Amino acid sequence: MTGPVLQALLSHWRTHRLQVVTLLVGIALATGLWSAVQAINAEARASYARASQQLGLGQFEELRARSGFIALSRYVDLRRAGWQVAAVLDGRLYVGNRAVRVLGVDMLAYPALPALTETAPDQAPQDPAQMLTAPGRLVVAPALARLLQDRDDLPPRIPSDAIPADVILTDIGVAEVLLDRQGQISRLIVLPQQPIGRPPLDKIAPELVRHSPDRQVDTARLADSFHLNLSAFGLLAFAVGLFIVHGTVGLAFAQRRGMIRTLRAMGVPMRRLVWITLAELTAFALAGGLIGLVLGYLIAGALLPDVAVTLRGLYGAPVEGHLTLRPLWALTGIGMALAGTLGASGHALWRLSRMPLLSGPGLRAWGGNARARSMAAAAGVILILGGIASFAGTKGLIAGFGLLAAILTGAALLLPLVLSWVLSALSRRARHPVTQWVWADMQAQLPGLSLALMALLLALAANIGVGTMVSSFRLTFTGWLDQRLTSELYVTPTSQDQGAQMMEWLGPRADAVLPIRSTELPHRTGPLFLYGIVDDATYRNKWPLIASGPDVWDRVHAGRAVLINEQLARRADLWPGDSLTLSGDHDLPIAGVYSDYGNPTGQAIVSMQRLDQIAPGTPTRRIGVRIDPAQAANLSRDLQDRFELPPGAVVHLSTMKAQSLAIFDQTFVVTSALNVLTLGVAGFAILTSLLTLWTQRLPQVAPLWGLGLTRSHIAGLEVLRSVLLATLTAALALPLGLVLAWLLLNVINVRAFGWSIPMTVFPADWLRLLVLTVLAAGAAAAIPAWRLRRLPPADLLRVFASER
Amino acid sequence: MLLKVDDVRKTYARTRPVLNGVSLALDTGQTLALTGESGSGKSTLLNLVGALDGFEGGEITLDGTKLSGLGDAGRAVLRRDTVSLVFQQFNLIPSLTVAGNLSFHARLAGRDDPAWTATLTQRLGLADLLERYPENLSGGQQQRVAIGRAMAMRPRLLLADEPTGNLDETASAVVLDLMLSLVAETGAALLLVTHSQDIAARLDRQARLVGGRIA
Amino acid sequence: MNVKALVIFLVLPLTALAQGYAGLGGDATGFERPRPGYQFQFPRDHGAHPQFRIEWWYLTANLTGADGRDYGVQWTLFRSALKPSDQAGWQSPQIWMGHAALTTPDRHFFAERLSRGGTGQAGVTAQPFEAWIDEWHMRGADTDALTLAASAENFAYRLNLTATGPLVFHGDRGYSVKSADGQASYYYSQPAYSVQGVLSLPQGDVAVTGQGWLDREWSSQPLAADQSGWDWFSLSLEDGDKLMAFRLRGARGDFTSATWIEPDGQSTALNDGAVSFTPLQTASVATRDIPVRWRVEIPDRALDIEVQALMPDAWMGTRFEYWEGPVTVTGSHAGRGYLEMTGY
Repeated sequence: MTGPVLQALLSHWRTHRLQVVTLLVGIALATGLWSAVQAINAEARASYARASQQLGLGQFEELRARSGFIALSRYVDLRRAGWQVAAVLDGRLYVGNRAVRVLGVDMLAYPALPALTETAPDQAPQDPAQMLTAPGRLVVAPALARLLQDRDDLPPRIPSDAIPADVILTDIGVAEVLLDRQGQISRLIVLPQQPIGRPPLDKIAPELVRHSPDRQVDTARLADSFHLNLSAFGLLAFAVGLFIVHGTVGLAFAQRRGMIRTLRAMGVPMRRLVWITLAELTAFALAGGLIGLVLGYLIAGALLPDVAVTLRGLYGAPVEGHLTLRPLWALTGIGMALAGTLGASGHALWRLSRMPLLSGPGLRAWGGNARARSMAAAAGVILILGGIASFAGTKGLIAGFGLLAAILTGAALLLPLVLSWVLSALSRRARHPVTQWVWADMQAQLPGLSLALMALLLALAANIGVGTMVSSFRLTFTGWLDQRLTSELYVTPTSQDQGAQMMEWLGPRADAVLPIRSTELPHRTGPLFLYGIVDDATYRNKWPLIASGPDVWDRVHAGRAVLINEQLARRADLWPGDSLTLSGDHDLPIAGVYSDYGNPTGQAIVSMQRLDQIAPGTPTRRIGVRIDPAQAANLSRDLQDRFELPPGAVVHLSTMKAQSLAIFDQTFVVTSALNVLTLGVAGFAILTSLLTLWTQRLPQVAPLWGLGLTRSHIAGLEVLRSVLLATLTAALALPLGLVLAWLLLNVINVRAFGWSIPMTVFPADWLRLLVLTVLAAGAAAAIPAWRLRRLPPADLLRVFASER
Repeated sequence: MLLKVDDVRKTYARTRPVLNGVSLALDTGQTLALTGESGSGKSTLLNLVGALDGFEGGEITLDGTKLSGLGDAGRAVLRRDTVSLVFQQFNLIPSLTVAGNLSFHARLAGRDDPAWTATLTQRLGLADLLERYPENLSGGQQQRVAIGRAMAMRPRLLLADEPTGNLDETASAVVLDLMLSLVAETGAALLLVTHSQDIAARLDRQARLVGGRIA
Repeated sequence: MNVKALVIFLVLPLTALAQGYAGLGGDATGFERPRPGYQFQFPRDHGAHPQFRIEWWYLTANLTGADGRDYGVQWTLFRSALKPSDQAGWQSPQIWMGHAALTTPDRHFFAERLSRGGTGQAGVTAQPFEAWIDEWHMRGADTDALTLAASAENFAYRLNLTATGPLVFHGDRGYSVKSADGQASYYYSQPAYSVQGVLSLPQGDVAVTGQGWLDREWSSQPLAADQSGWDWFSLSLEDGDKLMAFRLRGARGDFTSATWIEPDGQSTALNDGAVSFTPLQTASVATRDIPVRWRVEIPDRALDIEVQALMPDAWMGTRFEYWEGPVTVTGSHAGRGYLEMTGY
């Protein structure tokens, strides 16, 4: 029995090939975008894990100093007392505008070297004498080796596949020269095997703090918020794709009702029909899912390099730029395709199984959808309120995303009701009969189009929201750069001594010389960078304070107070009036909080004298030089000649700003790409909805033709209708998008990155988006409209004569 | 002469000629019943007269306008301003209410006369149904709305194709009576296609189509 | 690059000391070389010689516990120079490696330490004498009275050593030839320490007494290119005589050398071919066949003995691997001693 039934049911697809394409494209798009995001996330996480494992990060207990670094003599003290520890000097080196992590390890003792040895490419072994003695060797990933090609000022490079991207692995003796931190140790790794009779730590080095592996802040956790962000986007794209599936399956089922009724009349049990239909859907899901996986793999491959740059720029997280195919990823993708397809078809399937044997062939009820609209709207309101309530309860990052999801979904559910209100209001005002018809007809079409319009609403709101966030962020960031980067020249000395000589040399030649010294200190919120500054009007006038107590600068320069960045303030909940504990016994009141974008870690600023007390011997990392901008180029050249500086050691203000903005823009490349893709999917959803409604369309427009409207007139109205609905949806998406932007800026950003950003609106962007939407909607309606225009009158006449 | 059909030929899909040189004439105030077997070309002839479709040979002159020379737009003007159509399949606009449907054609033609529409509503017994949508009406009610809409624009010529074909006997009689009396009152001409001799007998003249010609 | 190769290469200069090291047989550019007729100066020469490539302070002891059981202890500090110079801090090209072992009749414990010179984590000073790496040390006012300590995860020892005789110089007054091609090292010993102290074992502490033997050797190119390993014996016989004898195994034939030491410290060098070594029995140790019972003959001295390992599995599974453990002597003479075998 199944054979002929299957044949009959499948014959539908032969005559409705477009539906097959639509269904497959819907499933493939949903699966593809979702899988792409998953692949990117999986790749990034694998990179973190690989890096941690290869470099032995976060696997061992560590000793750190409250003052920021450990002196070499302390290391020897510990060793000579029996403590088996391995010294690590960790620092950053700038290669162009790219920050590279320098991991200087004691090659003789570092515990993770055996892990690195597991990969053994076929190259001639290096002489250990070269590795361990000046100038040493830098072991780097091949890509970084290429980037460093022309850096003659650096030790020779050894490319290795075993090293994560953006990490330079080298001996500690090489690193201390490279970073100009002679005799300093960032941390000591406590090796797993310790001798018996080892004295306790506080007998030898009481100033050192033990850090168990799980207390160490790792990049994977820092970047979690970014991945959550991507996942949210992936899920949104998935949902938008499923709208297409839902619409197509619904129509296909409705069109096959007559056939199913006939089959049942001939004695085919309903249960069997449902099973066969289910099998049919599964086949579609598998086929669409497979296409989606291919699509997802391609998209992920295209986006991954940008994601990698973003993660490196934002968190210093090492991510490879290439993709590996993971079986689990493919399985999950197929699973999502199946679940999504069946979920989106559930309603249609349920209605099919409950269809009475004898019922009218009607496709859709015109009046009966008011109730459904109200129910959906009520569900939407409940969802929004629930999201707000649950966020108010927990206030975490996940709850923040939950709130976003609730508001978006809730608003989508409210859309049909709101659109119907707007349309009836408009139709009441309309005078011309054709206009009236257009409004009335739009309202009548709402049930068939509302899913596609919901998809459009979500895509538009996401676009407006994310766009507003990025633009606001960029505007704030640019302003902040102007405040923060004030010196005309920034000089990086190659050594401590050279730094001192430079300061002396620059003194009479510049308006002001501002040394920038910093050290890394442990804090309960993670690593904290302490900066020392000199008293200069530049800081007083321009530093971007977002909260301050009285006499901020006087107190800071007198060494009586500290400034902290917004990230630290929010993470530790410290504000002016509270105090910050540094290095155990240094307890300083907080005078102010400043904004500090693009930096994942906590930061604090004290006077130079205070820095010397807290962390003596902190090196001068950079020197800011204030000078008449017209003189800057000359001074830069003189500096370079006088001190024989390598290229890149003197950076101009404009270059610095341009580099910073370039990094910023790079950061959001992926976001905009996903944005455009989502909008594209929504546009496609409208197209498929219009195409699937096409078969029902003729009986509705034929009477108008009969009453004296030309086919081109009607076709024009068809395009207009689509454009009007899209425009209305866009108008409703605007406030939703702004709510979204506000949430992103004031809830998500604060929780994910630790900073909030004032919101700025960009109407020009909205206009562009509106034009894009109108174009998309017009294009979506163009195909059915064109078909209508070319329709022979005989086809229209048939409507009047034949039974539908 | 309001309508003059002269030796009209029409072929569908280059196969069998449907109309093979048909000629007839109809003047204002006259009613003509067009009868014939299924497939004899009655509906086709009506569609041509209603400016719904083009033809290959001969000429149709409607209210002084030669239809053979008209394009899409010209035909649409005729349909809008001069003729009204009532079909077997109730060709109402599903997204408009009864009230909206009733006045629609008249307003389109720029001849909206609320008093006349109200009279029609009364005469057709549609007063209680004005806010309903077509899908919620019975067949007879739908056909009354269709006649009301057709008459509301005061057409020069009313074309009806089996207007009672989907109705039972009682409803059929009511609809036909209403249509004939309204046509008489407005002075319009009526060209009605039917296969029923009883209905045809109630009109002024009858013409019978056999094999694409007037018998 | 191949990091595994790096790690192996990193310890290769040290490996050369214990195993055949073909790669380093040839080149000693920039380093000093041992010369015949060198006048040793003490205490200076107890200290390090960074201008030479390799050097070691090598102490072995045969001990008897209060429990009546035999024990063996090894304490070694190796120095290996990557360049013939020294610098402070991490920049130092001097690499230090410590090996400690404790052998019981049924178990063998060992541990290894690595360090860079220049930081103070490891080194040797001549006066007062101290050789150390991490908390392991061998120190005293001079080399006549030393304390020796080492500890690891599962064992530790602390011993006091007192010299009961003079230093003994091998070869030609301390110039010890290692091959027919003339490769040589400076080599002297203190073969007569009386030892007492405590061993810490998983079962608990054991008080011990016994005899110890310190070897001092440095060179820049101690082996010929074809030499792949050696068998080295230091034996204390019950009649008071002592014997140091080694065989360097080479593709072009073995090279032997020995020093016969009278009870008063008078020594006689025995040249190539004077001693014969015959493996009698091997044991499977660390997937290798290692000779654990030897026949050693010196016809001129009427010596014909069997040397038997106390514990056959005295394998040093360190970065470079070798066999090192206490032995007992039977036959024409009875006694105890230490055996080192490399290159198997």
